[in-house]
Amino acid sequence: MTEEIIIAGFGGQGVLSMGKILAYSGVMENKEVSWMPSYGPEMRGGTANVIVIISDERISSPIVNYFDTAIILNQQSMDKFEKTVKPGGLLIYDPNGITRHPERKDINIYTIEAADEASKVGLSKVFNMVVLGGYLKLKPIVQPEYIHKGLEKSLPKRHHGLIPENEKAIAKGKEIIKEKYLLN
Amino acid sequence: MKELRLMKGNEAFAEAAIRAGADGYFGYPITPQSEVMEYLMAEKPHERTGMVVLQAESEVAAINMVYGGASCGKRVLTSSSSPGISLKQEGISYIAGAELPCVILNVVRGGPGLGTIQPSQSDYFQSTKGGGHGDYKLLVLAPSSVQEMADFAGLGFELAFKYRNPVLILSDGAIGQMMEKVELDEQKPRWTEEEIIKNTPWATTGKTKNRERNIITSLDLDSGKQELHNISLQAKYREMEKNETRYEAISCEDAEYLIVAYGTSARLSQKAVDLLRAEGYKVGLLRPITLFPFPTAIIAKLADQVKGILTVEMSAGQMIEDVRLAVGCRVKVEHFGRMGGIIPSPTEVVDATHKKIIGG
Amino acid sequence: MANITKEEIRKPENLVYKKTDLLTDKALSYCPGCGHGTAHRIVMEVLEEMDIQDKTIGIAPVGCSVLAYDFMNIDMQQAAHGRAPALATAVKRLHPDKFVFTYQGDGDLAAIGTAETIHACNRGENIVIIFINNGIYGMTGGQMAPTTLPGMKSSTSPYGRDVQTMGNPLRITELIAQLPGTIFVTRQAVHTPAHVRKAKKAVRKAFENQKLNKGLSFVEIVSNCNSGWKMTPLKSNEWMVDNMFPYYPLGDIKVNE
Repeated sequence: MTEEIIIAGFGGQGVLSMGKILAYSGVMENKEVSWMPSYGPEMRGGTANVIVIISDERISSPIVNYFDTAIILNQQSMDKFEKTVKPGGLLIYDPNGITRHPERKDINIYTIEAADEASKVGLSKVFNMVVLGGYLKLKPIVQPEYIHKGLEKSLPKRHHGLIPENEKAIAKGKEIIKEKYLLN
Repeated sequence: MKELRLMKGNEAFAEAAIRAGADGYFGYPITPQSEVMEYLMAEKPHERTGMVVLQAESEVAAINMVYGGASCGKRVLTSSSSPGISLKQEGISYIAGAELPCVILNVVRGGPGLGTIQPSQSDYFQSTKGGGHGDYKLLVLAPSSVQEMADFAGLGFELAFKYRNPVLILSDGAIGQMMEKVELDEQKPRWTEEEIIKNTPWATTGKTKNRERNIITSLDLDSGKQELHNISLQAKYREMEKNETRYEAISCEDAEYLIVAYGTSARLSQKAVDLLRAEGYKVGLLRPITLFPFPTAIIAKLADQVKGILTVEMSAGQMIEDVRLAVGCRVKVEHFGRMGGIIPSPTEVVDATHKKIIGG
Repeated sequence: MANITKEEIRKPENLVYKKTDLLTDKALSYCPGCGHGTAHRIVMEVLEEMDIQDKTIGIAPVGCSVLAYDFMNIDMQQAAHGRAPALATAVKRLHPDKFVFTYQGDGDLAAIGTAETIHACNRGENIVIIFINNGIYGMTGGQMAPTTLPGMKSSTSPYGRDVQTMGNPLRITELIAQLPGTIFVTRQAVHTPAHVRKAKKAVRKAFENQKLNKGLSFVEIVSNCNSGWKMTPLKSNEWMVDNMFPYYPLGDIKVNE
């Protein structure tokens, strides 16, 4: 199994940390992982993205140009990364703020209204975990126990009190993810 | 028992340096390597091992702090990125001339000038052909994974003290910034004062009654003596060539075409090799791990086996000169690369291999 | 006097002065009449009197005293031009129990090494800086230094230093004294026995401060460069008193107890 994922959105949406928790969960399950962020000024308020690869085998390149899954959280990222999903691959996006929806007919497309739902139930701070939950529902590449361990490892100790809230958000995401367009 | 963590290359290097028993780090912030000092400051290594971490007023000061610390037989290191490494060249030349051990990390970004903060490999010439003034060589290690960023901190110190020579770890922004799984060695103790005196009898530790004074200098105004010093330096570099050449050969046994690449380019090229083999082309990858000494012999040997060689570098083509020297004119050697901070994709490497080497 | 033979003079009971063992037997490479030799001597005598030869690491600069390690019988490092305070910083941080000093000239300390000097002082590194100010680049053949006086001729200010185009002489010692990291900042000279005694006391105080972990002590010694100034040694000392001292007045600038 090799899963190549791009997560993209605004800086501050928790794009990088979502990737990190996913990657750390992979480490805990003894898989090979890589996490390759965009970095620099573009991160400060602009767009941020990270490529996460989780595999049973040694990862050759941490940088790839086509992805099994794209998780997209703003319009700029939609414009940039919709075309990078491999045919038959998966695109998940939060329609909040999206003006041009994905149009491809050779991939599976799901929506997750994570921003709205997270603010409704007071989980705005863990909005990114709602998105991660939706992804894990569709692709359970890492088992829940390892997600828990991944959270423990990637959050500083002083924030370990927030782990239940994060897990609640993941559960919420699994509930609310919706199919938008499916291949036969 | 090794510890498993998910870390950025920069952080893994910093943590591994603490665990390798480093005595001191001296640095100055510059993107994309600032995490090295940030991590060290947050870790309070002074409490863990007694290691000193100091933010200097400039890269120039930082490398000269390294010079001072290394003169005392201490395990000292610095890190920077391309423009900062340029500033350090004066100090590096002195350290090489005075034959002192130290570890220097360059997390390369695109140039020239202020350039870009994105990854590049355009400092190959600077790293392997001198950089500063004078006839000297650094021992250059090129990590291509976060694990090697960690491993080369310890290996760097080992080689630096073995040869009393600065070791440069030539990384790049991609390896510095990305996270991968890394196995960390257990903490090694720092050398005690007694061990330093025993292991580095040349160091300035205070002149005791029972020995002559120790002097650390790169100066000798007597040209005859300075030439002898240079001859002995060259002999040392030949020793390094004999003993320390490191490389990784991937799918080279039956290769009809060869890609030569180091660092991040080697990772991309490895994926390209997989893709090309899936198309039915027998392509191999030779990844130099030491850039000086350069794996000339194995490349020369493979040149007799393959029909063409492609070097992949994030530069205008610098390492290609060493590959061509190794190959002579026996087989075509071409370059593919991107510049200015752009990382080529594996499919671009595949296309270039077809166009320039396989001849499709 | 005339009746005393060479052999008699050398008898221990007739000994009135002895060179410290902390100076090597190598003949000084400085020009006859230069203040460096005396400055070397008082620093080495202080180390001997404090019995810290085995605990001291000195840093030599680039300039006339680049070869200080040939004459000072202690462990020494030779720094790149201006960088001695950076080396000293690391040595002291890594060896807090050792005594560390730099010995630098005006070009080294106040031009190319200004940043290293100011920042080591500002961090309050627990070291001693000995600063020899003779207003000129001696080793390279008498070029203008940051401390060259207005109107003073040098090989790169052959018509005299024009402050409009070449800037004013830098009183870096006064500047250093402003920094909270410095504990003791003083300006001395070594051209008369009385001044030598005073300068030596200042050097001693600087090393005692280091022993007590008090912070950075900075001892400037205004000196002559009879070769660079193109004068006889005697004349150069007179010129120094008449011209250098008014611009660089002797005495303690900062003494924090």
